[in-house]
Amino acid sequence: MKTLLDSKQFGRFGALVPFVLVGLALFVLAPAVLSDFRLNLLARYLCFAIVAVGIGLAWGSGGMLTLGQGVFFGLGAYAMGLHMKLDDAGPGRSPDFMPPATDYLPGWMEMFRSSVVTLISIVAIPALIALLLGLATFKRKVRGAYFAILSQALAAAFATLIIVLGDYTNGTNGLNKFESFFGYDVRDPVNQKMLFFIAGGLLLVMVAIYRQLRNSRYGELLMACRGSEERVRFLGYDPANVKTVAYVIAAAMAGIGGALFVPIVGIITPADVGIAPSIAMLIGVAIGGRTTLWGPVLGAVGVAWAQSTLSEEFPASWTYIQGAMFILVIAFLPGGLAGIGSAVRGARGWIEDRRPRPAAPVAPVAPVVASKQEEGSVV
Amino acid sequence: MEILVSQLFTGVSVGSILLLAAIGLALTFGQMGVINMAHGEFIMAGGYTVFVVQSWFSNAGVGLLVSIPVAFLVGGLLGVILEMTLLRRMYHRPLDTLLVTWGVSLALQQLAKDIFGTQGKTVRTPSWLSGPLDVFGFNFPKTRVFVLVLAAVTVIGMSVALKTTPLGRRIRATVQNRQLAECSGISSRATDRLTFFLGSGLAGIAGVALTQLFPVNSSVGQSYIISAFLVVVVGGIGQIKGAVIAALVLGVGQAAIEQLTNASLARILIFLAIVIFLQVRPQGIFNVRTRSLA
Repeated sequence: MKTLLDSKQFGRFGALVPFVLVGLALFVLAPAVLSDFRLNLLARYLCFAIVAVGIGLAWGSGGMLTLGQGVFFGLGAYAMGLHMKLDDAGPGRSPDFMPPATDYLPGWMEMFRSSVVTLISIVAIPALIALLLGLATFKRKVRGAYFAILSQALAAAFATLIIVLGDYTNGTNGLNKFESFFGYDVRDPVNQKMLFFIAGGLLLVMVAIYRQLRNSRYGELLMACRGSEERVRFLGYDPANVKTVAYVIAAAMAGIGGALFVPIVGIITPADVGIAPSIAMLIGVAIGGRTTLWGPVLGAVGVAWAQSTLSEEFPASWTYIQGAMFILVIAFLPGGLAGIGSAVRGARGWIEDRRPRPAAPVAPVAPVVASKQEEGSVV
Repeated sequence: MEILVSQLFTGVSVGSILLLAAIGLALTFGQMGVINMAHGEFIMAGGYTVFVVQSWFSNAGVGLLVSIPVAFLVGGLLGVILEMTLLRRMYHRPLDTLLVTWGVSLALQQLAKDIFGTQGKTVRTPSWLSGPLDVFGFNFPKTRVFVLVLAAVTVIGMSVALKTTPLGRRIRATVQNRQLAECSGISSRATDRLTFFLGSGLAGIAGVALTQLFPVNSSVGQSYIISAFLVVVVGGIGQIKGAVIAALVLGVGQAAIEQLTNASLARILIFLAIVIFLQVRPQGIFNVRTRSLA
């Protein structure tokens, strides 16, 4: 089946085709047709799309159901938020949510005055936490459901930690009322457009990283771990290392998404990083197709768009819609919208199996033809 | 000494609610590998059942006692409906059951909000449960004693049933080796459904216990489900004794750390303690021996 995105017909540069199309849509089409307000909303969806790429890597390719991506999102977001607050306050002064007489800030907070340290810690802190938790669980063969529950408990603990550290994080009110982003006024529409381009560019970079990882030997190993960890172990590899790497990269991506979220949306609170938002980050990935390259991105943007559109008009019913999406997609369409074709084929085969029919002679060449066609249709 | 005993007792009573919630999870998770996030909402349903049943009776005590079996039935029926409509299709995809039941839990919470409102509902405390109980000079609130007794009776009844009745034997056989149990003529489908009924019914009873300590609102399940799952992870799956120890240790530990620092920090420290504990015993305190690779 030939499609527009069929990479084979463009030769060895075929893999670039979807990147070019998405790039054109983000950098040419979107700024031309969308108002500043809508562009800012789209930028916010792109932050969740960056997180979704990481979830696609850990959950879709690696089979690790990580219910705590909100933790890494929050770490990135709070690192960026603290830096922006300290920047707004000016050198040697404390942010506006603290008592004005606060002269002394602890060392870990002073650290975020530096732009370089902030940019490094946006990636490094989530990666480090993921490394520790990954090694502590995977090395001890704590996996599957146990890992999912632990990652969820981590999200609960992290949201409480932020409230405990309320003197420095402004507690449940969160960090807000930002003025500048590395010296640029965040309230200026031109600078918001720049943030949109940064988010779009970073999203393309993340997808490119994910694509290279998937197509590498490492990607094969990761998908093998999803299939059967024991077989990977019998082949002489340590699945714990393979999975930890994917988990760490996914955490770093979530951190980047969170860091962009702060200047674009202008607020970060503990309610954005707890259990419910962490699990909500998964549904877009599931709808788009968790095992595909672009599915998580499209799904995350689509769900975020639906949420902001529908919850404006029917706030109460959004919860029902979200619940229904989890039930319908995960139970009946586990491949997401990308898997709808195979689901239809499966249903058709199921109907035909039920129908009485004369036994047709099986053509011996049929499977070969079928497998060739499948190869051709892989995007 | 006074404070120590009362804190310990508070911990034990919180632990006994956790225990009621966790046993159901330990059974369904151990037997079917299903992770039921809607279990917390079954607790919530049990709590609202007390509120509704008490409105039928003028005597608060009668209402409370009648609501215990009713809440068991309500929780159990919700569980069976969930099992028969959704989960039975998904036994080969255990991780996905977590997300599906999360969707169910979201819908049930919103439903509770629509029916009962966002305000917490306080149930009436019968006269024979108000005030403290004096034992050896220490004062124990009678409501907490009631919670403790309810949990103890339920758990002991449950473990006796699992040990001695034919149904319990079938459940234990299915947990240990599903294929072999099927080969011996046990209908694993019927057993699964019954286990789900029992486990979810226990969540309903946990809801009854909960109403004696806190008002019930639509998010009450959310606040217990994570702790209940941690009890299962620490206690090991498929049996009761691990869950008993884990629930009491977590309940008392939480209360003790709360006494020393504060409630939020206690959650974080408990989480760290569990991760460290799993380094030593990744399978939990007790684990049913199976021949599967793990």
